[in-house]
Amino acid sequence: MRLETENLGFTYEGGVEALRGIDLVIKAGERAAIVGQNGAGKTTLVKHFNGLLRPTSGTVRVGDVLTSESPVSKLAARVGYVFQNPDEQLFCKTVEEEIIFGPKNLGFTPEKVEALVADALELSDLGTRKDENPYDLSPSWRKMVAMASIIAMDTPIIVLDEPTTGQDALNIARIANIVSTLHARGKTVITITHDIDFCVENFERLIAMAQGRIILDAPMAEGLAERDLLASTYVEQPQLTRLGARLGLARTVGKPDDFLAALQELRQ
Amino acid sequence: MAILTINNLTYQYPSSPQPALKDISLTLESGEFLAVIGANGAGKSSLCYTAAGFIPHFFRGELNGQVLIDGVDSSQSNLNELVLHAGLVFQNPFNQISGSKFTVYEEIAFGLENLGIAREEMKARIDEALALTNIADLGKRSPYALSGGQQQRVALASILVMQPKLLVLDEPTSQLDPIGTQEVFQVIRAMTKRGMTILMAEHKIEQVAEFADRVIALDAGEILLEGTPGEVLTSPLLPERGVGISRYTQVARRAQAMGLWSKQTHLPATLAQAVRGFGGADAAQEVNDAA
Repeated sequence: MRLETENLGFTYEGGVEALRGIDLVIKAGERAAIVGQNGAGKTTLVKHFNGLLRPTSGTVRVGDVLTSESPVSKLAARVGYVFQNPDEQLFCKTVEEEIIFGPKNLGFTPEKVEALVADALELSDLGTRKDENPYDLSPSWRKMVAMASIIAMDTPIIVLDEPTTGQDALNIARIANIVSTLHARGKTVITITHDIDFCVENFERLIAMAQGRIILDAPMAEGLAERDLLASTYVEQPQLTRLGARLGLARTVGKPDDFLAALQELRQ
Repeated sequence: MAILTINNLTYQYPSSPQPALKDISLTLESGEFLAVIGANGAGKSSLCYTAAGFIPHFFRGELNGQVLIDGVDSSQSNLNELVLHAGLVFQNPFNQISGSKFTVYEEIAFGLENLGIAREEMKARIDEALALTNIADLGKRSPYALSGGQQQRVALASILVMQPKLLVLDEPTSQLDPIGTQEVFQVIRAMTKRGMTILMAEHKIEQVAEFADRVIALDAGEILLEGTPGEVLTSPLLPERGVGISRYTQVARRAQAMGLWSKQTHLPATLAQAVRGFGGADAAQEVNDAA
């Protein structure tokens, strides 16, 4: 499902202008990462995708509907948004109830709900914790619960707001697997992240924001090469991109495989 | 002088079937920066709570062993006394904000108000903490109307004003952008130069490698590794136990197998070490400079 904003502007009550003239098209099945300094407008932008916020000016279109004309309930079936802070999202007594809530509310049949919940539990590796109270889990696992509860809604578009914050290597690997699995199923996956190494290894399009505007929108490898532009919005290049540049590799690299291949060419 | 001494500490939360920390012993000298790494659930937060006295005074449960915070036996003391010696910056800044103050400035003043410090001194400390954490422009905002990253800075400032001898931080940069992260580590370094002692739980290995004096890796409540950043952060045990390592270490280990990294060279944890080990142009330059 296509997502499109046209000249989108948003001003918070109190006058803070958080978004200015955002023109963005994200096509079905893309994996796009939004980066940029704290306060650049990243979360404000994605909250427009599922109608949590409505434009002050311009439009946001999700598939064939304008968010300004659709109830949140209709948008909920199209765009799933995983909050940065899971505590803003979770409210049920058990992990399983939490995950059932979304698909059940969307009116799926009991059989479909059951299948979706089983799938989300498996993807997030929460099967053994399904009867626990989310608030008895650590913050990092609560985040996995928040993610599972959105995955189970089977929306064509999924937005992950800072998914790797506070996560260890095992959970980051689980999240990377979730992204690639959803992508293989044809879903659009959008993330907001400060974790540029995670970003380069799991996403194909880089969108950088600063002061409410999009300052860079490019395929990942091309975008990563824009060192100064990224630095202007406090984004540092990935570790291997910086290392590659210092070693004089022939091209901009981000992933370990690409780095090693380019290094081997250099040595030959 | 030892600011934190932990002897044979074992601790179990009231509702938990097994200990969160097992037979931990460690000493932190004045002005030292110790980083604590480990997978989720390894005991990093529990160690932070213990080092600041929140275990056993806020989180109850069973504590065996001895914890001396700036010479005070934490079991024999209470939080009112311990906050004079140790300050804790929580992982989630939301847990730290008092909820009773309308502005960031008042929030940061909150802890000082209870210490009976002269007004001029209070003002000077607050202004300094605002400047150090780069939030002087947020003083009049509500602590609740801030982004996660801004709240994290407020939480840090509200502890810095207390000028504790031991500053304990539980993943203080998790919601910060890379520049914000770097700034926090710079502030920490400045504090250690003034003699403040730091214990920090952190996942960001690149910064730990660059800034920490010493690192311990926790695994299932026990100390798995202890040593310099170079020793601990390149250990092959870390990935086995679910602890993240830097991309520099990752690719150098693979490069070693491909014959692109010398078997004699220690694996890198920082960019500078990786550049040197891979024999980049800058490394050659450095060698020339040295000669």
